[in-house]
Amino acid sequence: MATIEIKEAPPFEAPELTKKALKADHPTWCPGCGDFAVLASFFKTVEKLQIPHEKIATIAGIGCSSRFPYFVNGHGVHFIHGRALPFATGVSLSRPDLNVFVFGGDGDGFSIGGNHLEHCARKNVNLTYVIMDNFVYGLTKKQTSPTSPIGFKSKTDPTGAVDQPINPMKKLVSSGATFVARTHAAQVKHMTAMFERAINHPGFSVVEVLSECVVFYKGSFDEANPRKDGKFELIDEKQDDDSEDDWKRHDVSDQNKAFKLADEPWPGKFGVFYEVERPTKNTLEKNLMAAAQKSSGNKSSIELLTKRFEKMR
Amino acid sequence: MSDVATPPAPTKQIVAGNTGLKTEQVEDAVIRFAGDSQDGIQSIGGMLAKLAGRSDRDVMTYMTIPATISGGASIFQVRLASGDVLSSGDRADFLVTFYQHSYDDHIDSLREGGICLYDSDHVEPDESDPRFTFVGVPLTSATVEAIGGSAKDRGKNMFALGLICSIFNLNRAKLLEIIRRQFGGKHESVLRNAELAFDAGFAYPLGDVLKLAYDMKVGHSKEEHRVATDGNTALTQGLIAAGVRYGAGYPITPWSSIMEGLRVELPRYGGTFIQAEDELGAVSMALGFAYSGHLSVTGSSGPGLSLKMEALSWGTMAELPLIVINVQRGGPSTGLPTSVEQSDLMQAIYGSHGDTPRVVLAPQDVEDCFYIALEAARIARKYSVPVFVLSDQALATRIEAFELPDLESLVVDPVLDLTPVDDEFKPYPLDGFTKHAPPGKRIDAGKYPVVTGLEHDEWGHPTAKPELHVQMTARRRDKLKDLEKELSPPEVYGVNDGEVLLVGWGSTYGPIREAVDRLRKDDHKVGAVHLRHLHPMAPGLGDIFDRFNHIFVVEMNDEGLYGQGQLATLLRSRFCNPKIQSICKTDGLTFRIREIIDGIDEYLAIEEV
Repeated sequence: MATIEIKEAPPFEAPELTKKALKADHPTWCPGCGDFAVLASFFKTVEKLQIPHEKIATIAGIGCSSRFPYFVNGHGVHFIHGRALPFATGVSLSRPDLNVFVFGGDGDGFSIGGNHLEHCARKNVNLTYVIMDNFVYGLTKKQTSPTSPIGFKSKTDPTGAVDQPINPMKKLVSSGATFVARTHAAQVKHMTAMFERAINHPGFSVVEVLSECVVFYKGSFDEANPRKDGKFELIDEKQDDDSEDDWKRHDVSDQNKAFKLADEPWPGKFGVFYEVERPTKNTLEKNLMAAAQKSSGNKSSIELLTKRFEKMR
Repeated sequence: MSDVATPPAPTKQIVAGNTGLKTEQVEDAVIRFAGDSQDGIQSIGGMLAKLAGRSDRDVMTYMTIPATISGGASIFQVRLASGDVLSSGDRADFLVTFYQHSYDDHIDSLREGGICLYDSDHVEPDESDPRFTFVGVPLTSATVEAIGGSAKDRGKNMFALGLICSIFNLNRAKLLEIIRRQFGGKHESVLRNAELAFDAGFAYPLGDVLKLAYDMKVGHSKEEHRVATDGNTALTQGLIAAGVRYGAGYPITPWSSIMEGLRVELPRYGGTFIQAEDELGAVSMALGFAYSGHLSVTGSSGPGLSLKMEALSWGTMAELPLIVINVQRGGPSTGLPTSVEQSDLMQAIYGSHGDTPRVVLAPQDVEDCFYIALEAARIARKYSVPVFVLSDQALATRIEAFELPDLESLVVDPVLDLTPVDDEFKPYPLDGFTKHAPPGKRIDAGKYPVVTGLEHDEWGHPTAKPELHVQMTARRRDKLKDLEKELSPPEVYGVNDGEVLLVGWGSTYGPIREAVDRLRKDDHKVGAVHLRHLHPMAPGLGDIFDRFNHIFVVEMNDEGLYGQGQLATLLRSRFCNPKIQSICKTDGLTFRIREIIDGIDEYLAIEEV
């Protein structure tokens, strides 16, 4: 049968994966940037799950947060602006042995890469996508981003942003993402829990992290930070525990309720908005492959090509 | 073994309509069908081409398709010959017209003394025209009569095919076999109607309207090993034979049939082809496959290639193997989406930002579409670079017969190597080949690589050091110079030194050779070279140029502001040779032999006898 032959590594007793082994270059982010906490939280999650070191692939586009792969010692890709998701799709679909992570910001994901987000979600490609949302273009030094609130003063909107911002939770749910969560970079414990659930979810899982840009949008997420007199309010998820009030809780499989939650006034709630299981693109392609191989008689490549040329006679 | 159920052959004996006609032996015939795109003339043209492939004859087809969703005037031209066929023929010997507009538009494509067969239900020819012989056959009503029922005139293409079969004494049994294969998967009434119409055409009495029938001379004697197909199919199969198992694309004419083919075929080989959300997504996915350790493919036509350019520059920077197909069409913008042009050569070589050296190849005919894919894969693997293949609309859609490739010796089965790399691992050594480590490979030294579009050092680590950008730019360029060194000098066709050298690339191969043959018959000292490798070019061109007094670059693009087409511009800048002139055209049609000779004539007043 025609397949791709894999030359596997010889058996190997892998040492325990530690944060130390996962650390690469010291991040080039500004001191105080929310992204440091995201990185620390990612290390913690991978360490806990003990993912084989060589099977980690981190992929990013362009932006401050998209520098992420340089700071993780693992196979990494620093791709072009906005296209990390289709690149990661290629990796995920052709390499079921890997754990594929995509990191990026609000500009990369919702603006230049908006169309890819839509389709990667719809196809339910098996990977985990972390969006570090800071409501501003940081790398290019303070232009309006697709999540900048109306009135935000930037170099491209000196008198205040005028365009309706994107509602990330609504966009992700309506696109067809099968795991959609929201967290805050100042809440490491919650963030780590969200990452773990996202990684364990089969399919396209997205976590939006409110990650403050302390240089160009200081204080942007204080209203959701108890240490800054804000309120970090968690989603009360349905427990299926037969308790009397369970029905009042949030049913993560209910799309309408997810939209309703996403409509709550700023700063809204945190946690899992939506989680369902749907066949992944990976599984669907694998099934197509199996069916095609079976219906063509599990032939070798030479046999298949010979037969194909026979038809041209 | 055929996987198509073959119904039993009809037992009834059909008397050919050509009975009683005198026959004349012919070696070469150009038959043009002119109708509307829904009449199925492409499909009978394709059957004739297949028959030629199976009957020791050479064949080349040529078609025009309207850029409309359905309907519109369309032609299909088939050239059958017992010798080599290099072009689809300047003029038709035999014209079949289905409508008045087909007659009006195409009667001048018929050579003097040629035969115009017209549907007497729809066409009123100018029978006083002394140049042609007119043969009226009620194609429409005779088809309706033959099939009966509610089929209307659907099937008149098969009726016309039957007529052609009878007029040219073609092998009816073989044609019927091809028809059965074609309709084998459909409802049995479809096949029955096709056979009824074909046989009615075959038996149509021609004695009253035609004086002569023709007998196609049999040529090559390698019947068993010949196949007939179009360029996009040959390219698709070439990619598969080369071991390409993954790819991604987005629909655009005339590239789409390659992606459709790969989408269906690759899963059988343990791979897949993904239809992406857009061109940018397609090239990104393909690069994702490449990064993962699979030689992959993406492709498009001109406008789509423009969209892919940013990511392709990343591919050059990251040094990943990728095959990029451009089935060229008329541009700029939406341009002439169903016509041929060779105007994307500069785009392929230079059409990106930054210093982005990349390999560009072009197949010369349908057969070469298969082999060029193997060459592209070889180069992409060896040098770890994106390789462009410039096909075009004419190659994509025309059918040619050629010898069955020696699959046993050519087929590559891909291997994904996940064995660990040692402490010496450097992906981008300044003094050696690129060594990409796909994810999943353990890096024993403990430091994993990040593949990046930022300028980087030998370990792939980003750096903005001035001297490293100089070294790495040179490294990426020198890989292509190394490739140049391993290429053989192009062969000269015709005379080795003399008056005129014709230079071509891509699908102009056939017409250029035929022009050389025609001019040499008249004792002109003419030769031709054809470039399959366009960037880098094969070595030795300068020496060949020195041996001729005039060099004409024949290409289907504009002569530009300074009088040279795209390849001519490159050759002039490469060789600083003022002998290099251009013969260009931009009408969206393939070169006629006459146009090449006229082009030379404009400069040299060569008189063709």
